[in-house]
Order: sequence, then structure tokens, then C-alpha cells
Amino acid sequence: MTSTIEYLRNNYLRNDLLPSIFCPGCGNGQIINYVLHAIDELKIPKNNIVLVSGIGCSSRIPAYFDTDGIHTTHGRAIAFATGIKTTNPKLDVIVFTGDGDLAAIGLNHFLQAIRRNIDITVICINNENFGMTGGQASPTTPMGSFTATTPYQSIEHSFNLAFLAKTAGAPYVARWTTAHSREAINSIKKGLKKKGFSFIEMLSPCPVSGKRFKSSHEYINYYLNNSIKYSDKFRDETSSHLFSSLEECFITDHEGKIIIGEIVDIDKPDFHVLYKKLKEAAKNEFWKSRQ
Amino acid sequence: MRVNLSRNGDFSIRGEWLKVKKITVDDILIPKLTFATGNEAIVYGALLANCRFFAGYPITPATEILEGMAKYLPLLDDGICLQMEDELSSIAAVIGASWNNFRTMTATSGPGFSLMQENIGYACMTETPCVIVNVQRSGPSTGQPTLPAQGDVMQSRWGTHGDHYVIVLYPNDVQESLSLTIRAFNLADKYRVPVILLSDATIAHTREKLIIPNQKEVEIIPRVPVTIDVSKYHPFRTGFVRPTKVPEMDRFGDEYHTYLTGLTHNWKAYPTPNDQEVHEKLVKRFYEKIRDNRDDIITYEEKYTKDAEIIVVSYGIPSRSALVAVENARQKGHKVGYLRLITIWPFPHKKIYNLSLDIKKFLVVEMNLGQIFHKVNEYSRGNCEVEGFFKIGGKIPTPQEIFKMIKKR
Ligand SMILES: Cc1ncc(C[n+]2csc(CCOP(=O)(O)OP(=O)(O)O)c2C)c(N)n1
Ligand code: SF4
Ligand SMILES: [Mg+2]
Repeated sequence: MTSTIEYLRNNYLRNDLLPSIFCPGCGNGQIINYVLHAIDELKIPKNNIVLVSGIGCSSRIPAYFDTDGIHTTHGRAIAFATGIKTTNPKLDVIVFTGDGDLAAIGLNHFLQAIRRNIDITVICINNENFGMTGGQASPTTPMGSFTATTPYQSIEHSFNLAFLAKTAGAPYVARWTTAHSREAINSIKKGLKKKGFSFIEMLSPCPVSGKRFKSSHEYINYYLNNSIKYSDKFRDETSSHLFSSLEECFITDHEGKIIIGEIVDIDKPDFHVLYKKLKEAAKNEFWKSRQ
Repeated sequence: MRVNLSRNGDFSIRGEWLKVKKITVDDILIPKLTFATGNEAIVYGALLANCRFFAGYPITPATEILEGMAKYLPLLDDGICLQMEDELSSIAAVIGASWNNFRTMTATSGPGFSLMQENIGYACMTETPCVIVNVQRSGPSTGQPTLPAQGDVMQSRWGTHGDHYVIVLYPNDVQESLSLTIRAFNLADKYRVPVILLSDATIAHTREKLIIPNQKEVEIIPRVPVTIDVSKYHPFRTGFVRPTKVPEMDRFGDEYHTYLTGLTHNWKAYPTPNDQEVHEKLVKRFYEKIRDNRDDIITYEEKYTKDAEIIVVSYGIPSRSALVAVENARQKGHKVGYLRLITIWPFPHKKIYNLSLDIKKFLVVEMNLGQIFHKVNEYSRGNCEVEGFFKIGGKIPTPQEIFKMIKKR
């Protein structure tokens, strides 16, 4: 059962802060919508939610939620979230981050938090550019793009963040576009329930700075008509070398198509579980040494 | 390095471990008279002050603080120590954890302290209590990693961009490293500011007498819990139930839904980045909450100043040479006094001014090329001469050198 948008808005948002700062046609509103559905369907108490973000348009998302929220510094959201989650593992910590925030200035924290397997859910709003600062190239800008800082076109390879997360060892990874509402909501729910680091990459329109297309309508059409679903079967049937793990990180699309889908869903012990065990072992050794 | 090849954290004590008896700080430290280094004393002080979250990155000469916290924090029920990927994330984690009502600390030296600056400003802007230890080594850049210096005194005050206020303390021996660490946590919570504890490579690694108190004897000034009703609560509302410029601080996970931002924000914590009035009010309050309480925050050690014609001003490790020099000079009939700054920022400007009225000269001894010298000069307002004795390169000014400066006049 899906709740009405009025109900979600009244129940979860700071209505006195609306309308948002986002441009018409921006995908950030859709992301808010999907997250609202996910937390409502999971019945997560508002008091239990902490939303963490860095800097960028997408990082302004937490402000609109009537929950705890922390809009931090550029690139550092996951590092803040690490301090928050490890000192209160009961909290549901969701990080909102942009492609620049996550993959340019903050990439190391992303990889290290995956390595530690911190139990947080990271949603990256990938609009393939630095939206807030006016459309400069980001690490996910497709090669060959003309942007404010690549006036003669970008000659740099771009990252596929979902595959980067997979290669680093994240136990839950999914990649959707804002045109895939139900799939995105389900992945956010799975990510929230997953014990361990969850990563949901969302391709999202930025018609004002990114300007890959002029309107959100054109973005949505592009997303719907040009995406192919990732699955193990797909990987087996098509040229398998294309997805051999290291190379995967550097593939943003497959023959011009956006790869979407649930990329990883495995179980591995998260940081908190191991830290608790470590503490007990350490205490045990302490008392033994004092005998 | 001993490698445990069992995968996935199999600690092989299963079953047994749930029953392990709780460990207290006193169990770990065993109150006693002992020998310790400055860095060890900071670790002990933090544990006694109820610091239960530490995040850091190894750097000489501060590493032993991370190592000590990594050794002791896991033993305490709510203790967590993280070795982070860098200093940017260390300070970030420390600020995040503080909002779970943890007393939090990080420790570093010059290069790492430089990396932390942006988020120190974030802690100022969000009024997040935390303690940052900077064990100074000689800079700029990588400089002299193992040698003491005092080149970060101005950076500790003005390192992050924009108008802001922080509290900076600086011990000069091992015992004071412990007591000032405790005080740093108390001040951070009381005024909701990052407190920077300066040390230097010599204090950090000198092993000397240390009395470790019982935890019961340690004065803890806790963070004031929220008393305002949820319906009337706003994260940066001040003067509503208490006549103070320090807002009541809630915590993550409670019914007070707090939004924090590094943007200029109004009392509701809502971003108002284009509002001149809100910005001015907010940032002025950061100043006022510290400046109005200078008398509570500022401490110094003053000796032989009653009849003094010259007063030697110093802080940190060179102050130990300064005291020897002053006492030697007095024995030889020179009218010399001694003033040691313990709180560096806010600066004890009133003290300097008052002393300047009755003396001929301040002699400022520092291990930099004159950072506090300028402050002393500023607040003596031309009432007396101000001379500096600056020594850099990792060598501490000797009592003989300072004595020569005293005699010179
Ligand atoms: C340390 C620092 N460097 C640069 C900036 C300027 N800046 C603000 S937002 C941004 C890029 C944001 O891009 P992205 O994360 O993709 O977010 P979007 O706006 O596209 O959602 C930059 C470079 C900053 N705020 N802080
Ligand atoms: S610049 Fe782009 S990302 Fe930012 S609000 Fe506008 S459309 Fe959205
Ligand atoms: Mg972007």
C-alpha cells in the first residue's frame, strides 16, 4: 500500500521550509519522494532517523525532513556518518551525497567506509555534474561531454560508482534512475534493512546546470529508453570480459545504455558486530592479565 | 605485527565473552603516583574526563595518543576508537559522534592540524563540543617531525576561515597535560565550542612524575541537557529559559529533531545564507559566549611580578627555561617576574595591560618567530617596552639564553 503524497509531506517534512531551493525539473524532489516512501513503508520511527549530507544541491535534501539531520562539509558526509553510527548503532543513518561530493572530494571516505562495512545507507544523487556550482565536470561526467570546465570536451574516463562500490566490497549495491520509482524505493528499503554498508546510486536530472537534456521530461525518456538491467545472467550471456571486476569500475554504460539494477546483495559482518566482539575479547584479555 | 588468520573477526572466545566483567577507568589506570609522558597523560586525562570516542590518524609526535586510546577505549563499555583514513575524516567523525552525547577527541600535529581546519570551523558554526589536541612540531610543511615548536599558536586561533572563536589551552608539563585535558572537555561542553589543546614534541615525550587521580576526584562539568519543551525548542534558541548565550544541546535519536548546517542559520537552524542580520547576530554570539566568560576561561601562572621591572612572558615548554632564568636572575638581584599563559585564547589581555602599567619591559619567549609577541605588544598599549626572544629549529631556549636577555638591559 502506498501512502498519499499529502500524508507523507505532512507527516515527515518541514513544511515551513518548502518550497525547496531546487530548480524546476530537478531530480532531488523525486529522491525525497522515494526516501519518504521507503521509511514510511518500513515504519521507521522519525526519532530514529539521522540524515547526513555533504555539500551540493543534493546535499540540501536532509533540511526538508522533520528528523535529525546534519549538512556537513564538502565530501565528508560519510566520515561524519561513521562517527554517528559507531557511537549509536541503533540509529538509521542515511547519507545523501552528490557525484561530486562522493566521487571527487570525498571518494576516499566512501571506499574506507565500505572497507570497514559501516552500517549506513548511502544514496548518491548522480546528475553527472557539479550542479550547485553551475555545471562543471565531475568524475561521473561522460567522456566527451562539454561542460563549464571542459569547454573543448572532457577527455577523462568516468566512474561507474555502483561498480566501484561493488569492487570495494559493499554488501548491498543498486543503481537506478529517477524514472525507476518502485525499484528505487525497494532498493532504499533493502539498503535500510541491510546490516552493513548499502549504496544506492540514483541517476538524476539536472536540466539547469548539467543540461544534458533541456527538461526533466527528456531526461526521463532517456532513462526509460536507454537503460539495461544488470543481472548475473546478463553478465554471463554477453561478453563476460566487459564486466570482469576491475574493469567494471570504469564502465559507465554498456554500448550507450545505462546499466541499472541490483548489483550486489550479500551478507558480511558489519563493523558494529565485529567491534562488539572485539571489545569482549579485549576485556577478557584485560582481566586475564590482571589475575 | 602479529597476524590472526581467522577470518571475519572470529575471536574464538565465544560463549564465554558475554559474561566478561565490566571495566572502569580506575581499573585501567589504577590511581597512583607514576612516571608518564605528556601524551600518555593526555590519554589518561581524556579517559578520566569520560571521553569515550576518539578518532585519529597517526602522526609524529602525537601518535601515542591514538595508540593509547586504541588500547583503552575498547575496554570501556561505551568506548570506541577509530583509526580513520586521514585527519579530515578524524575530525568529522569526532563532530558527528559528539551529537550522540559523547565526549569526543582527536589528536594530531601540524600537517594533520592543517587538514582539520575546515571542519574545526564547522564545529564552531554548529557549536559542537569536541577536543582537538595539536602536539606541535616544527613547520611549515613536514618541517622537523620529531622536534618541538610553537609555530601553530596563531593557526590554532585563526586556522579556519571566517570570524569564529575557539578556546586554546597549553600545558607545560606532564601533570598539567592531564589536568588541562580534563578542563578542555569541561570548557567544550560548557561553551559548546571546539577546544584546542596545544602541546609540543618535548612535553609529549618527556617522562616525568604524574599523579593519576581517582575518577571520583575529577571534576566533570557536563553538557547541559535540554530542558525546553519539544514544542518550544529550537536548536539555536538562546536566552529562553536560561540567561546564557550558549544554546541547549539535544542529541541525535531523541524527539528534538535538530538540523545542523554549516550555512548561516537562524535560531531554528534553518539555512538563511543571504540574511545579513541573522549572520551578524549568529557570529557575534559565537564571540560573546566566549568573551563574556573570559574570567572563567582564562588561567595563567604568575610569579614574582609585584616588584618586577621586567616580566618574562612564556607558555608551553620554553616556560620551564624561563622560570629557571627568572629565579636565577632574582637571586642575582634583578627585579624580574614570570607570567606563563595557560589559556592562550581567549588572550589574557587585561592581565597584560595591568602589568604593563608598572613595568619597564615584557620579554616574550617563544619557539616561533613572534606570534604571542604581537599580542603582548598590542595590549601593553605602549606602556612599556616589549622585546622578543624567539628560537626556532627544534631547540628549546635555555635558561642561560633567557638570563642573558634579562641582563642585557
Ligand atoms: C571544500 C569545498 N570545495 C568546493 C566547494 C564548492 N562546491 C559546492 S557544491 C560543489 C559540487 C557539488 O557537486 P555534487 O556533489 O555533484 O552535487 P550537486 O550539486 O550536483 O547535487 C562544489 C565544488 C565547497 N563547498 N567546499
Ligand atoms: S542545479 Fe541541477 S541539481 Fe541543482 S537544483 Fe538545479 S536542477 Fe537540481
Ligand atoms: Mg552532481
